[in-house]
Amino acid sequence: MRHGGQPKLAAMSEPFSILWLQAGSCGGCTMSMLAADDVGLVHALDRFGIRLLWHPSLSAECGAEALAILEDAASGRVKVDALCVEGAALTGPDGSGRFQILSGTGQPLTQWIKAIAAHARHVVAVGSCAAFGGFPAAEANPTEAVALQSLLGTDFHALGGLPVINVAGCAPHPGWLVESLAELALSGTCALDSLGRPRAFADHLAHHGCGRNEFYEFKASAARPSDRGCLMENLGCKATQAPGDCNIRRWNGYGSCTDAGYACINCTSPDFQDPEAPFAETAKIAGIPVGLPVDMPKAWFVALAALSKSATPKRVRANSHADHVIVPPARLPPKP
Amino acid sequence: MSNAKRLIVGPFNRVEGDLEVTLDISAGQVQTARVTAPMYRGFERILVGRPPEDALVVAPRICGICSVSQSVAAARALASVAQVRLPENGRLLTDLMLACENAADHLTHFVLFFMPDFVRPVYAGRPWFAAAERRFAAMNGEASRQLVPARARFLHLMGLLAGKWPHSLAIQPGGVTKAADSGERIRLLGILADFRRQLEQVLFADSLEAVAALCSRAALDAWADKAPADHGDFRLFLHIARDLGLDHSGRGPDRFLSHGSFGLFPAGLAADGQVRAFDPAQVHEDLTHAWMDSPSRPDADKQGAYSWCKAPRLDGRSVETGALARAMVAADPLARDLCGKGGGSVEARVVARLVELAKLVVAMEDWTKQIRPGDAICEEAPLPLHGHGLGLVEAARGALSHRLDLDGGRIRDYAIIAPTTWNFSPRDSLGNPGPLEQALQGAAVMDGETTPVAVQHIVRSFDPCMACTVH
Repeated sequence: MRHGGQPKLAAMSEPFSILWLQAGSCGGCTMSMLAADDVGLVHALDRFGIRLLWHPSLSAECGAEALAILEDAASGRVKVDALCVEGAALTGPDGSGRFQILSGTGQPLTQWIKAIAAHARHVVAVGSCAAFGGFPAAEANPTEAVALQSLLGTDFHALGGLPVINVAGCAPHPGWLVESLAELALSGTCALDSLGRPRAFADHLAHHGCGRNEFYEFKASAARPSDRGCLMENLGCKATQAPGDCNIRRWNGYGSCTDAGYACINCTSPDFQDPEAPFAETAKIAGIPVGLPVDMPKAWFVALAALSKSATPKRVRANSHADHVIVPPARLPPKP
Repeated sequence: MSNAKRLIVGPFNRVEGDLEVTLDISAGQVQTARVTAPMYRGFERILVGRPPEDALVVAPRICGICSVSQSVAAARALASVAQVRLPENGRLLTDLMLACENAADHLTHFVLFFMPDFVRPVYAGRPWFAAAERRFAAMNGEASRQLVPARARFLHLMGLLAGKWPHSLAIQPGGVTKAADSGERIRLLGILADFRRQLEQVLFADSLEAVAALCSRAALDAWADKAPADHGDFRLFLHIARDLGLDHSGRGPDRFLSHGSFGLFPAGLAADGQVRAFDPAQVHEDLTHAWMDSPSRPDADKQGAYSWCKAPRLDGRSVETGALARAMVAADPLARDLCGKGGGSVEARVVARLVELAKLVVAMEDWTKQIRPGDAICEEAPLPLHGHGLGLVEAARGALSHRLDLDGGRIRDYAIIAPTTWNFSPRDSLGNPGPLEQALQGAAVMDGETTPVAVQHIVRSFDPCMACTVH
């Protein structure tokens, strides 16, 4: 592949090569990545000397040509710096893996993943399905879907020394993947939290920088979809518990879930697919939300909430129940 | 027959998910084709037992390519149970998100999934090869370097209205969760203006209106000939299609289904030279050759089965769906001229998609101007404990339906038929092939080909979305 003559940050003799497989996936992680940094995945990675050895949506090679690449990777004949897997590992029915046969091979995709992972320097789970099972692993789990780390073994570490790197999210922000891969290419490692998520994004909470901050401060809560108020008390928002820098960076140029008026569903966490209450409803006991910020004493939260509610300005209360600003902020009269 | 052989083509890439095609070949042609969707996730079972509103979170995750279409189908199914109507602003904003996804998908398909096949060495001697290679080499062609960024900036519309793409909760049964204020309305117009300029400069080398106005084969040919072949990517495709005879390649069943969309495209069935009303009650899913015991119970050992895909049939017959079907049902003169009496072709499908892309962007500009900041965007939609709902949508790839039953405030049954389920269905109980299986019959296979290029053009001309197909 040619590189279009762009200058590289990483002056490497050999490109850092990625092989991408789609397991039990919706393809949405790839779609998210296609908008990376407004230039697209291929060129976002190219800046760091990273190239795609094969990707199911982007590569020219089809059929026998594609299979030859996968066979080379599975036998270690071609260097794979990072194996990226999008989607859950479908191990059913009855452990056979036949819910996903790699077309043209008659073999379960799970076998191919294991074979290629054994030779890869790093193994990256792209999205929450690969990281934790995600929706295919929802309660009934009809396909015996498991996380990539579970498929490979809880003790699995790739040749580079790291366990599976869980770039969680449904779908993840493209920056989370691009930056994780670039970090691996530049430094050979990547700081992970206790669930294998890159700390670069997982050390933040989706709540940080939320555009509804004033409504949160005064517990001026939305009651219906389209209300501008805080989504935590009634509409199921879990942003105060959800790892991610979702509201510090922008999604698709402008947005975030909470900016667009709907709850954070904590999509970067295991088991987010099976919440205690409907997704857009806050689970409560005796009128108090169950899912309060994890590192805050509950009594303090309740006391502060009661205090701030009693101090809510009329403007904030009125706007929290509207879909647009109906009371603008008061202005000081101009100085004479 | 002599020199008869069987080819199994896979992994079949650039089809948005998993696909295997089995070809029985003799006399340099595909005699019969079997289309296999080799991956099953079980979303219809995952939805059962959940609160109905949760379908708004679960359904888009069926497909990250048609995520908004799945959201709109789920929202419409719930709205039909709640018997709620969208306020005008809510309808406009929903239409903008759905059209954005459809238009972006058309562009992605053309640039990244379909055109790179013309850069294969087998075409090295063709007069257009150098231009095709320069423009469409996989991953690094000029077109991807220009139009993938254009697409990404076009999706800023999703950032603004949906929070992100894919997988948003902004689309609700009663409208949308995010209003566009006066400043945001202007930003939307800015996004559309930038996208229009990219399409007009790079893809079409002409105005969107000129492309949307093409109304016959003669007009299309004249348009193609009025500038050099590499003057715009659409024109380059038309020259390639003419050279390779893509107007005769991949002829489908000559029956076209559309659920109707945006008030631009009517619902109906175009078949046998006429357009009839579409009756959802005439749809049934045939399981004869699917690895399914019942509509939602898989059986990987089922005798005679060869795909996880069910075989939807309308009044017992296969139908093709997609942008070409929308145009055929709308009695669009260009589409009718391109199909003639022989059904869809590789060329007709691609032309229909690009002409629709031009029309959608023009319509989106109009809808954005109609938004009235401050007016309602969402009605409340309380759901009864019991009920039956149907949501019909046109995704980029065609007719998508969600049918649900509520019982005791929970989902009792949820049935999804996606566009590629129609197009890539296996044979039915009568042995009649699905649309792609039919379209592949007669495809040319050259000596020594293991992954016949003609087969690749035909398969990808449908813009398959295999993630949706089996769900």
